[in-house]
Amino acid sequence: MAVLVFVELSDGEVKKSSREAVTYASAMSNGDVVAVVLGTAAGDQLKKLGNNGASKVLHANNPKFDQGVISAYASALAEAMQKTQSDSLVLAESSLGNPVAARVSIKMDASLVTNVVALPDAHFNVKRSIYTGKASAHTTLTKDKKILSIKKGAVILKEDGAEAPIENFNPSIEDSDFGVKQVSREKTTGKVLLPEADIVVSGGRGLKGPENWGMIEDLAEVLGAATGCSKPVSDMDWRPHHEHVGQTGIKVAPTLYIAIGISGAIQHLAGVNQSKYIVVINKDADAPFFKAADYGVVGDAFEVVPKLTEAIKAIK
Amino acid sequence: MKILVCITHVPDTTSRIAFTNNNSEFDNSGVQFVIGPYDDYALARAVELKEQMGGSITVLNVGEAVTEPTLRKALAIGADDAIRINARADDSFFVASQIAEVAKTENYDLILMGRESIDFNGGMVHGMVGELLGIPSLSPVMKLEVENGVATLAREIEGGKEILEALLPLVVGCQEPIAEWKIPNMRGIMTARSKPLKVIEATTHSVATKTTSYDLPPEKGAIKMVDDMKELARLLKEEAKIL
Ligand SMILES: Cc1cc2nc3c(=O)[nH]c(=O)nc-3n(C[C@H](O)[C@H](O)[C@H](O)COP(=O)(O)OP(=O)(O)OC[C@H]3O[C@@H](n4cnc5c(N)ncnc54)[C@H](O)[C@@H]3O)c2cc1C
Ligand SMILES: Nc1ncnc2c1ncn2[C@@H]1O[C@H](COP(=O)(O)O)[C@@H](O)[C@H]1O
Repeated sequence: MAVLVFVELSDGEVKKSSREAVTYASAMSNGDVVAVVLGTAAGDQLKKLGNNGASKVLHANNPKFDQGVISAYASALAEAMQKTQSDSLVLAESSLGNPVAARVSIKMDASLVTNVVALPDAHFNVKRSIYTGKASAHTTLTKDKKILSIKKGAVILKEDGAEAPIENFNPSIEDSDFGVKQVSREKTTGKVLLPEADIVVSGGRGLKGPENWGMIEDLAEVLGAATGCSKPVSDMDWRPHHEHVGQTGIKVAPTLYIAIGISGAIQHLAGVNQSKYIVVINKDADAPFFKAADYGVVGDAFEVVPKLTEAIKAIK
Repeated sequence: MKILVCITHVPDTTSRIAFTNNNSEFDNSGVQFVIGPYDDYALARAVELKEQMGGSITVLNVGEAVTEPTLRKALAIGADDAIRINARADDSFFVASQIAEVAKTENYDLILMGRESIDFNGGMVHGMVGELLGIPSLSPVMKLEVENGVATLAREIEGGKEILEALLPLVVGCQEPIAEWKIPNMRGIMTARSKPLKVIEATTHSVATKTTSYDLPPEKGAIKMVDDMKELARLLKEEAKIL
């Protein structure tokens, strides 16, 4: 039976995390993977989902979906599950994916588990991250229908060259699905988005003021990284709120996290503990962050960071 | 405005997490429990909205008797009454069903929750309750204003935010900077003791998941200290294979 995957678009582009979800679904099924895409997609990227493991793409090419309305997405996905008689839905966690999945789980009477970090076993027991990454739980989905929301970093993307056929999908959405109206949207463009980033360069109060973020951005640029910050930094409006990493902010799971002038309070660590490698730059050798790091530099950020940027430029 | 705030009773953010009984149960020993930080934002915003427009705030927790001090704290911060649904809260669908049962008959204008609990981090109870009640659910919300029955909200999206408008009733999953956390004052603590805290039994017992065991992440390997940035660049390239 087909495993359905909700593939999310960001400004018309397929999100990398959604392609990872497709790969996850293909490892979970015997190759019958149907990707559902809602809204206008740029170029010919949809058939390329085959590359990541999709056997078919259902595309609701309707601009009404471009705004990402939670209720409308939930209705459309429930309809896709019914139409394909699929028992399982996979998606990548995001600020849209999880709220949508919660509603679909009620519509379909399905078990839902979020923060999934590994493939399910034969009894549909999955490993999920809990206590903000400080522990994990092994949880069985007990209903016949199952929905899994995959945490970033849980899957290694497959790219094997196949193309997937695209089929039109016309979900019967109602006006009541659009009861919430989008008035406006602000989004940074042309920058690597923090939750999706493979490398994150983050700054804390040790940087003294927003005027010093140039060196953080320079380092991020040579690495192709996103920029992040600690909570006090966004509280003081040095940086926008959506860059704040930690327990009460964004949880990141990059391959590399570089923390500069951040002390490493437990609430900050909770947002970065899924990183593969952590580099800490701090002038205080006793900063708690060193306990969570793979590589440590004791030094003044204002001296060290420009040097690191140069060294990376030279070696790349 | 009639507001329901759903709160969790969770280990303080600085707690060391451990399990007992052959990794089948959370180890409470030495752990201090608090209102979930996101639920605290929801409660703080509820208190501000009540100050502006009048009305009432009910706080609700699905949990066993140990959660009552946490409910009392919410009363001290400014809720008018509390409901505890007497059951173990280890499945999100079960919790959402209990909350929806209460909300069905009470006709709240707003149901405020945290964007996620910090024990399960499910981020799903608000969406489930919204769907069970047939009303919109929005999360994670960082700004919420209400005027003439219309809510204006800012919802965080990857790399920015969207401004939304919706009619009440509505379920909202809150996060900062929606409001400033509130600390109970002496008067609040005194009056909280006599505010009503109603205990009701669960009406349904259906669950959607069952957790079989827990574990802790592997310990981090030893840190490598580096002085020379050329050496760090080399390690990132050759050892970590990042560049
Ligand atoms: C419920 C709760 C939730 C929280 N959630 C979060 C969260 O999500 N994210 C978060 O980040 N915090 C969170 N916090 C706050 C957290 O406890 C810390 O206060 C915060 O992380 C500290 O930020 P910081 O490391 O930038 O600042 P500080 O603790 O002030 O540390 C600054 C560091 O910079 C170093 N430094 C100074 N100058 C230099 C220099 N020239 N070069 C190099 N290093 C330098 C110092 O040695 C120090 O280690 C939360 C707190 C609570 C109570
Ligand atoms: N046991 C519970 N009792 C009351 N509210 C809860 C409970 N569990 C979760 N919630 C609410 O639902 C939100 C999201 O929780 P979760 O889906 O577990 O991340 C929390 O921030 C609370 O507002």
